Amino acid sequence: MMRLVLFVVLGVFCIYYLIPLVVMIATSLKSLEEIRAGSLLSLPQEVRLDAWGKAWNSACVGVRCNGLQPYVWNSVLMTVPAVLISTMLGALNGYALTKWRFRGADVIFALILFGAFIPFQVVLLPMARTLGQFGLAGTVPGLILVHSVYGLAFTTLFFRNFFIGVSDGILQAAKIDGAGFFRIFFGIVLPMSIPAIVVTVIWQFTQIWNDFLFGVAFTVGDSNPVTVALNNLVNTSTGVKEYNVDMAAAIIAALPTLVVYVVAGAYFVRGLSAGAVKG
Amino acid sequence: MAAGIRLEQVQKFFGANEVIRKIDLNIEPGEFVVLVGPSGCGKSTLLNLIAGLETLSSGHIHIGGAQVDDTPPRDRDIAMVFQSYALYPTKTVRHNITFGMQTRNIPKPDQEAAVDEFARLLQIDQLLERKPGQLSGGQRQRVAMGRALVRKPAVFLFDEPLSNLDAKLRIEMRTEIKKLHQRLGKTVVYVTHDQIEAMTLATRIAVMDDGSIRQFADPATIYENPADLFVAGFMGSPPMNMVPGRLVWDEGLFVVPEREHEGGLRFPIPAAAAARLGDDAGRKVVLGLRPETIFAAGTELPGPNRFVFEREVDVVEPTGPDTMIVFSVGGQDLIARVRPEDARAPGCSFRFEVDMDKAKIFDSETGLRL
Repeated sequence: MMRLVLFVVLGVFCIYYLIPLVVMIATSLKSLEEIRAGSLLSLPQEVRLDAWGKAWNSACVGVRCNGLQPYVWNSVLMTVPAVLISTMLGALNGYALTKWRFRGADVIFALILFGAFIPFQVVLLPMARTLGQFGLAGTVPGLILVHSVYGLAFTTLFFRNFFIGVSDGILQAAKIDGAGFFRIFFGIVLPMSIPAIVVTVIWQFTQIWNDFLFGVAFTVGDSNPVTVALNNLVNTSTGVKEYNVDMAAAIIAALPTLVVYVVAGAYFVRGLSAGAVKG
Repeated sequence: MAAGIRLEQVQKFFGANEVIRKIDLNIEPGEFVVLVGPSGCGKSTLLNLIAGLETLSSGHIHIGGAQVDDTPPRDRDIAMVFQSYALYPTKTVRHNITFGMQTRNIPKPDQEAAVDEFARLLQIDQLLERKPGQLSGGQRQRVAMGRALVRKPAVFLFDEPLSNLDAKLRIEMRTEIKKLHQRLGKTVVYVTHDQIEAMTLATRIAVMDDGSIRQFADPATIYENPADLFVAGFMGSPPMNMVPGRLVWDEGLFVVPEREHEGGLRFPIPAAAAARLGDDAGRKVVLGLRPETIFAAGTELPGPNRFVFEREVDVVEPTGPDTMIVFSVGGQDLIARVRPEDARAPGCSFRFEVDMDKAKIFDSETGLRL
């Protein structure tokens, strides 16, 4: 009896979460007439992919009508380097903070951690000044810098917590084997930290890809990331509201994070069980 | 080539805590020195100081005649085996062993030759392509030893290498380590809290307590002539019986146990020992009697200075080759080691014989051997 209640409750929650997605997919596959005629929840009578095509390469974002395609590319150009840089630096930070303990390491870690609690709105103006000084205002490299810097707090935290569980003996053995700071890092420590790398990459990719605030504040027009472009596409105030195109565009913008989670998440679970090595 | 190790006034603080208290130690080339003591006595810290994994607070360390106070571990010509083995989990056994040679840019063919040589010696040649996670505890132990051996260093450092193994394997590996030392003749410094390991392996034992070395001597001396109560109590299993009492002169020197009733037991001190003690009647002492020096009366060849007394058996503990009999003197439990066939049931009266020549007498205030 309890089981039944449990499944009913879980089922209700599943529906609750899945219905918006179902509506989005269904709507994106309908024609405009069908959307106007039918109900929100009905499935498409005829599956049409025009809306997806339009969202991808011919919908108007602002004054340009090339679809989301160039902006997806912007987001990729921004996200991939920012994820790599912040993950790499986070790993190096965590390694130095736990395995090469130096005077003041705890204070420095506390200060870095503090960065995780700063609301991003607070840093918009100082960051804008900084980007201006560097000549990076309104560019994709500027956005890479912003995301790398503000990702550091979280990536450092992730890696620090992972490395704290790595036996110091392994480091000592490597030192006696003659390896130095970077040799131990790249040769021994980094290969051990694949689970931490995957978690950090998923987290950073999701954060940076989905970011709207920095994108809207620090880029203009052609260098907008896809999140900002999606907003501009949906909020176009002229012409007929094309719900099917809006829905398709929203799904396109959200798809990469989903793919990263599915691909890397599966690897993560496999990595956990296959690499189960005790000290 | 083996190298000697010399410690001079070595001192180490963790914060305000003095964990190594100005230790002097001179280890000859080719010696097998065991640092033994209870946990927290500083033995692992001392080993890490020799390895260079910890920095000295003050004092000097010499390895092979060279002062190495500020030399990083990799340049000290040492290799180390860790308690947790500390194998690199993502590398195969082969690469675990060759990592140190790679960092030293030793040519590939030489690396291969060294791996082959020691893999065969340690019987891990079947395991070279496996990861540490696929090995048993004993196999990991061998790999950790292999990693140390291929370096061909002047000094080997072992940090409780056997404490994670089960009892049977531990004894096997203990013998193998001793064989390796005899074959290679390298200097070894070995840390353990297991006094049997210390006794079986060492050419000399350093018994440590609270950051200092209580006694540094060969195993027989440590066992037969302990410098103080701590060393006497730490080495030996079951531990030495410690009977607190005082010296009494009555046409010969006796130890009267504390709280022993009037006219009860008193242990006669052999004339030679009495002469050493002098006329010190009334002095508070601790009488140390190892369990094997108390046996069933008449079961050993007669000797001088035997003392026979009767007590009731409290507890009988058979161990197989011997049986331990627990009895009480002055309200304190003592253990005698008798042959199994001589044992009696609890409650029976039993005639014990003590070899008083083997008795040790300690000052009860300072703990020092008298």
